Amino acid sequence: MQLTVWTYEGPPHMGAMRIAASMRDVHCVLHAPQGDTYADLLFTMIARNAKRPPVTYTSFQARDLGGDTAGLVQRTLRETVERFRPQALLVGEACTAELIQDQPGALAEGMDLGIPVVPLELPAYTRKENWGAAETFFSLVRALLRGRPLPERGQGAPKANLLGPTALGFRCRDDITEVTKLLGSLGIEVNVVAPAGASPADLLRLPEADFNVCLYPEIAHETCAWLERMFKQPWTRIVPIGVGATVDFLREAAALAGVDPAPALAAAQTRLPWYSRSVDSTYLTGKRVFIFGDATHAIAAARVATEELAFDVVGLGTYSREFTRELRAAAEQYGLEPLITDDYLEVEARVLELAPELVLGTQMERHIAKRAGIPCAVISAPVHVQDFPARYAPQMGFEGANVLFDTWVHPLMMGLEEHLITMFREDIEFHDEAAPSHLGPAATRGGAETRATAPADDAPADVSDEELIWDMDAERELRKIPFFVRGKARRNTERYARESGVATITIETLYDAKAHFGR
Amino acid sequence: MSSSGAVAASVDPAQCTLAVGGGAVPLLRERGQRQVFCGLAGIVWLHRKIQDAFFLVVGSRTCAHLLQSAAGVMIFAEPRFATAILQDRDLAGMADCNDELDRVVAELLARRPDIGTLFLVGSCPSEVIKLDLDTAAERLSRNQQGRVRILAYSGSGIETTFTQGEDTCLTALVREMPAADAPALLVVGTLPDIVEDQFCRLFDAIGIAPVHFLPPRRASELPPVGAGTRVLAAQPFVGDTVAALAERGATLIEAPYPFGVEGTRAWLGAAAAAFDIPDARVQDVCAAPMARAERGLARYREQLAGKRISFLPDSQLEIPLGRFLARECGMQLVEVAVPYLDRRMLGPELALLPAPERLSEGQDVEAQLDRLRADRPDLTVCGLGLANPLEAEGLTTKWSIELVFSPVHGFDQAPDLAELFARPLNRRARLAF
Repeated sequence: MQLTVWTYEGPPHMGAMRIAASMRDVHCVLHAPQGDTYADLLFTMIARNAKRPPVTYTSFQARDLGGDTAGLVQRTLRETVERFRPQALLVGEACTAELIQDQPGALAEGMDLGIPVVPLELPAYTRKENWGAAETFFSLVRALLRGRPLPERGQGAPKANLLGPTALGFRCRDDITEVTKLLGSLGIEVNVVAPAGASPADLLRLPEADFNVCLYPEIAHETCAWLERMFKQPWTRIVPIGVGATVDFLREAAALAGVDPAPALAAAQTRLPWYSRSVDSTYLTGKRVFIFGDATHAIAAARVATEELAFDVVGLGTYSREFTRELRAAAEQYGLEPLITDDYLEVEARVLELAPELVLGTQMERHIAKRAGIPCAVISAPVHVQDFPARYAPQMGFEGANVLFDTWVHPLMMGLEEHLITMFREDIEFHDEAAPSHLGPAATRGGAETRATAPADDAPADVSDEELIWDMDAERELRKIPFFVRGKARRNTERYARESGVATITIETLYDAKAHFGR
Repeated sequence: MSSSGAVAASVDPAQCTLAVGGGAVPLLRERGQRQVFCGLAGIVWLHRKIQDAFFLVVGSRTCAHLLQSAAGVMIFAEPRFATAILQDRDLAGMADCNDELDRVVAELLARRPDIGTLFLVGSCPSEVIKLDLDTAAERLSRNQQGRVRILAYSGSGIETTFTQGEDTCLTALVREMPAADAPALLVVGTLPDIVEDQFCRLFDAIGIAPVHFLPPRRASELPPVGAGTRVLAAQPFVGDTVAALAERGATLIEAPYPFGVEGTRAWLGAAAAAFDIPDARVQDVCAAPMARAERGLARYREQLAGKRISFLPDSQLEIPLGRFLARECGMQLVEVAVPYLDRRMLGPELALLPAPERLSEGQDVEAQLDRLRADRPDLTVCGLGLANPLEAEGLTTKWSIELVFSPVHGFDQAPDLAELFARPLNRRARLAF
């Protein structure tokens, strides 16, 4: 048993639903009790989908359990196919049905429904949502394409498939547009986008592409690897998030398509590099940032934060256990201990311990940051309704990089404002507990309240460390340091004191430490 | 479950008729896909109402995901609920499963020393593997040596529908209530604190005392129950709780529910009658708030009168709300659907209900949506999963979960309740597209 407050991922059948809800002319039947239909609201309320997800539930009840639940499954399958007439049917079970072992997939296969039936194995007690989505997408592609001949390629413009965007993914809608634009700048046509917007008939055309773009490895990695084995389609390893990764992606895609990337690179337009170099951004230098999300977005964010905004990444982690290796490699590159966990409480503890100046995370880290009074921007699913914006807001490509600059810098205090607080810390407006002025009065009030109780702010870094004593004057002097660097100042001073064998911290120790570490 | 026993046993949708105040109406009984939350969703309001309680669902990742999705989707930073997620090795052997539960409870109680009462909440998987949470609760309570009270109830989807999760929770509390036979009024069913305070003032003015509420704001302050206890249900979904209270000697005051001026007046009147207080006294006390509520309602009656409304089965509030909207706001009832029809708890409501075009019990969602598309009511009350898709089809909707979360009972909330239904119509009229 695992004690869980919030969960980063739903159960694996939720992943199957995301694939079904992304596609056209696919329907999913889930053997599941009443109540499991809650999952529909994530699509209709959070992502504001105008259509119900194409999912039918058997809704079995306690009194059915002694009787013929298999009959209920068969009846549901028949009625579903009759009503919705899909091109392909996904058949799976949720956690409770897994325990009663009706084998709905096998039942469906034995029914001669007249359409391809894809039985799904979704082990609810070991696996989670992204795994379920990847497995469902792979199962569907394999069921439809297995044994198909290798098509003739090489005529006309090079073609690529965009694989991985799904319903409830992070900014998939706009990433598809942006990456299509990127490929277009290289003269590469998009053959099929899947699962988002694709029908089973479209999936049959997948082998016609020259290569696959693995846009979201959490969903598409397994499928890309299989398509490579079966249809000799190479696939991209670079996810174009940030300017550097976008440039690398253009080179990688050009190489796979056999075209010259130079004209596309020369014509590329992006504002992030200049915005980041402009002097106003100086204050961003060395901001301590904590990053957590799915592996793809977290790893990409670490690169952008380091290379393109000159932040210091102080923590990097993911809940995607399937991508542990990739995240470990990235963390090692930044000299960090990777945090690989799906335990919200563990992430919270790490954030409070590190006291970063900015958190880049999911909806969960938004909670953590709010409690701790730390600015936060969302970079990865799981997300809430405000992360499905009406405006165009991709994460990928050059426009995506512009969006990253805006959304990551926006929660922070502006440079000049930070100076005013440092200089006049008892000013009525620019006082110690003030939140960034552009975030409005609500932010000020909420921020100050949470900050006042937040251990992240300036509580002793190591509570168990009882040998160190702050004398009154040093404590008072510490309070004069603005809150957003106070935690760091306290930690540095204590570290300096320990290392130099000082038992009582005085004003002198404080300034000695400051000189020792620098800003 | 006594209340779910009221659900049609037949698999085939059977049509019969039911007598209501307005005449005989067709009653459609349906089996099929249900688009309703399970009883776990009750935790979303119960954990705010009972401030010293913590709810630990013993279930799957699905349960945890449901809770955070239903909870206004992840808005509480430090909620008083959590899930002990069953994993593969827990399914291997029951002894291990109980050991694991003990470990998780110890971990939780160490982290949250403020917990006074801990509810172990059963789920579909915990019930299918027959994990006995009642026994586990007794064992864990003993281990805690009275520091924490640990109780168990079921919120599983195979046994409970949405608001029924409150019923099973309150039923578990009934066993813990101290015994006392002195006359007292016990109001059952979660009410927002502000509404509770309003009712306290009214009961006081009428001369009913003492008045207790179940659930109480603190689980450590459970009201007493005994032969002198008169139970007044504030919600129609507390049937099992009422039955458990009856076993402890209490008697139910049968009344309509306090929605709208008429419902609230009848509800207070029934309580007064049970305490032999003349109705004239009630009338004196209620005259001013009733007049105020009538004034507030007039504006919305103009907007709602003549409009056709359908309810999809959801919270069990469909019949009382339909009664209020038809009788006090002049709306026309098309289909009124309930997850299950508890005739005892809804008797006085059915007697007042103007005949809808049809009543339905249970659900077969696709067939129901076909009927809805044919009916094309002006307003459809439905759950969150269906609201946007129906709006996209051009139907105006009111999501029903708001009716469970908002202060809607009593005289002073009657206009607010009407406004909840007028707002979607108003919005539709204002928007240029």
